[in-house]
Amino acid sequence: MLEACGVEKPEDLFTHLPEAVRLKRPLQLPPGISEYEIVDYFRRRGDQNANGYASFLGAGVYGHYRPVLVDTVVARGEFLTSYTPYQAEMAQGTLTTIFEFQTMICQLTGMDVANASMYDGSTGLAEAALMAARLTSKGGLLVARSVHPEYQEVLHTYAKNQGMPITEFEYDAETGAADLDDMERKLNDLTAAVIVQSPNFFGVVEDVKRAAEIAHRRGALLVMGFAEAVSLGILEPPKADIIAGELQSFAISPSYGGPYAGIIATREKFARQMPGRLVGETTDTHGNRAFCLTLATREQHIRREKATSNICTNQALIALMATVFMSVYGKEGLRELAEQNLAKAHYLASRLTPRFSGPFFNEFVVSTGDRSPEEINAALLDRKIIGGLPLGRFYPELSDAMLLCATEMSHREDMDIVGQALQPARSSQPRSPEILNVH
Amino acid sequence: MSIKKVRSHISPNEALLFERSSPGKKAYQLPALDVPAVDPRTALGEQNVRAGIEGFPEVSEVEVIRHFTRLSTWNYAIDYGMYPLGSCTMKYNPRVNELVARTEGLAWAHPYQPESLSQGVMEIMAHLESALLEITGMDAVTLQPAAGAQGELTGILLIRALLAQRGNPRKKILIPDSAHGTNPATAAIAGYVVENIRSDEHGLLDLAALEKSVTEDVAGLMVTNPNTLGVFESRIIAAAEVLHRKGALLYMDGANMNALVGIARPGDFGVDVMHLNLHKTFSTPHGGGGPGGGPVAVKKELEPFLPVPRLKRAGERWSFDYDRPLSIGKVKAFYGNFGVLVRALAYILAHGGNGLRAATMDAVLNANYIRKKLEPFFDLPYTLPNMHEVVFSDERQARQGVRTGDIAKRLIDYGFHPYTVSFPLIVRGAMMIEPTETEGKLELDLFIDAMISIAKEIETEPEMVKTAPHSTRTSRVDEVKAARKPVLKWTPVPH
Repeated sequence: MLEACGVEKPEDLFTHLPEAVRLKRPLQLPPGISEYEIVDYFRRRGDQNANGYASFLGAGVYGHYRPVLVDTVVARGEFLTSYTPYQAEMAQGTLTTIFEFQTMICQLTGMDVANASMYDGSTGLAEAALMAARLTSKGGLLVARSVHPEYQEVLHTYAKNQGMPITEFEYDAETGAADLDDMERKLNDLTAAVIVQSPNFFGVVEDVKRAAEIAHRRGALLVMGFAEAVSLGILEPPKADIIAGELQSFAISPSYGGPYAGIIATREKFARQMPGRLVGETTDTHGNRAFCLTLATREQHIRREKATSNICTNQALIALMATVFMSVYGKEGLRELAEQNLAKAHYLASRLTPRFSGPFFNEFVVSTGDRSPEEINAALLDRKIIGGLPLGRFYPELSDAMLLCATEMSHREDMDIVGQALQPARSSQPRSPEILNVH
Repeated sequence: MSIKKVRSHISPNEALLFERSSPGKKAYQLPALDVPAVDPRTALGEQNVRAGIEGFPEVSEVEVIRHFTRLSTWNYAIDYGMYPLGSCTMKYNPRVNELVARTEGLAWAHPYQPESLSQGVMEIMAHLESALLEITGMDAVTLQPAAGAQGELTGILLIRALLAQRGNPRKKILIPDSAHGTNPATAAIAGYVVENIRSDEHGLLDLAALEKSVTEDVAGLMVTNPNTLGVFESRIIAAAEVLHRKGALLYMDGANMNALVGIARPGDFGVDVMHLNLHKTFSTPHGGGGPGGGPVAVKKELEPFLPVPRLKRAGERWSFDYDRPLSIGKVKAFYGNFGVLVRALAYILAHGGNGLRAATMDAVLNANYIRKKLEPFFDLPYTLPNMHEVVFSDERQARQGVRTGDIAKRLIDYGFHPYTVSFPLIVRGAMMIEPTETEGKLELDLFIDAMISIAKEIETEPEMVKTAPHSTRTSRVDEVKAARKPVLKWTPVPH
């Protein structure tokens, strides 16, 4: 090969590089290591982490069981090691799974159109806000404080340089739901979108229908985010204009925050302002059903600076995990899974006193009384339990509170321990025990 | 015609999952509840509970596995063979990287678990940061961006933040006409006006044109190096000086960093900020279009603006520092695509410093070998020495009415994925070929044979090439029809 290239050694292929740019020493990195050493290195790093703990953390990342079929499918080289399906004739596998994904997301959210996925819930929500601004030709964003605080931060980063002012509105200190009266007061004719999350960061189910009615009266769109996708197995899909959410709950490992997959779904009439990839049905020259990427005239590789987004990829393999998950659970399974989450969280809540009275799915806020959340968590760690997320970091007024989550993977014994650990902090009797034992 | 790599075999048909569905079939099992069941209507309120998920599939376990396995066989993949997509860097994805990303203590690490129980994941991130700094010659790096395009956005927001602190964020970003489409789209999202600058007759940055364009309004230049022709921008140091003299910054799109690792470092040739595509240079799998990873490396003066949080070492312990008043904020929830970072670090550890350099040299050798072998058959509009990829034009074949897209489709019949079609835009009928370092001579020769054979077919049977592919289960797909009347989801056939 060297001879064919007319050189004696590979280094000769670099002689055209200016002397000044060349690195004249070896990279200061250790020599390569063997497969066993690599496995050993990462196993040791894993052992330094929280192995073998029960966890009651949710807050946007949920511990759900991952059915075995999920990794069986995504480990196939045909999915794992294939490229973006630009060449439809040799990518029908990926294209078909994305078409199924788009369909399932529409079924789940009650929307007309869903794209092929976004990076995650946080960036999906930010892109949905930019989309709303394009659709309304307005720039103001009115955001509930009960939206995941990190999603809010990402929203700020994206909106800041687009001349899109962000106004926050409060949550109701009694129910924990977005304060729609405060929202109505702050809404004006320059508002492009009202942004809420349901269930919200505190786990409380929002009245999205009413929020949308108020928003529409002033010509704003209602963008709904979600972080806990399993909740859609049981919750009525809200009539929002754009839904942006996170699918981590659908068999995607917590993996210290990523990679996950986000979604954007919307009404038919808004489809052409959607960011991201879309797969559409068509036929091949023999008339057989086939799929291909479509409506690419919205995208950066065609439209360049006039594109709807700079996003270049979707999260195909992660979206495939979610697709397999939805296929495994299906219509009945997702409902049953959601009911189990509901039951576990309400059992845990029955041992404690939730701070807010609004309806919740699988997480809720609890006050820690005269002890700090950190103090209670430290005691729980001794029993190999990771407690709830202390909220003071995001909500100074809630520095005496933590967010607890229970899923189908939470054991009753561990929940009892958490209940006991928080016991002295109880200021009143457990709320609504009547909803238990109804079956 | 001599197709050596493939012959046809039976390909299974498969319906959509919804068409296989019927009530009562199930593929899941849930444990028995160890707590009392709860009535959803009571707990959530009647109005909040849905009736059911209309249309959601109901299938058995074996149907799920067969469905996705059958669909998988309709894909081409790196595991089948060479993927000569220029600019996309489709190299082999070592399987050990998949195994280690699934290590229990890593895959199940919750982003909010206590720092005392996260030292392993933080150590991995710190280790990768230091390796990337050594490779790029930069001063600081953030691992947060989810992919290359988000890395670009992060980088441009960093430039904006620094210039704003100096008193004026400025208005324009300069972008060569050979750039990836993400560059102008990114600049627009970051609130900048895009000004395209023309390449010179060799396809390189035109210094004189640049000098004229760099005014007090210009925030920076986004440049890919090597550029999208696979050619090293030899005047990069002078370009950086032009920008810096006027207070503007140099952004490098690191999409082609796999041509430089161990050979040259952007930090040494004037780059102020750059992103890396972990799914290209560091071999994390493309997965049919994601996930990726887009770390952004910067020079010292940009460090205060990096996204929060930053890793901080205190004695023996890692922690996160959120107290960064100048930070641009967060570009993504949590800390980045950690699972992708694990795979990239595994790749770096496996290669070591010398192995990474050897990979670069093999990638460049492979591209040059293809160039030499195909030059007699295809037009090469830009002739400067190339690095990791080579861009031909369809000019000769176009005389027979056969375009780059047709040749690409015909390659499929020969058992190869097409090269990158019609990009970069500065080449008419571009055929952009990048073999990467992981192809051996046998596979390269098969590819070269296929290309030469197609060139000959075009002389004798142009129509056959124009209607390719002929051997796939799906023949040429009607993309126009898909866009004209979009069908973006399955709906049941009405009875």
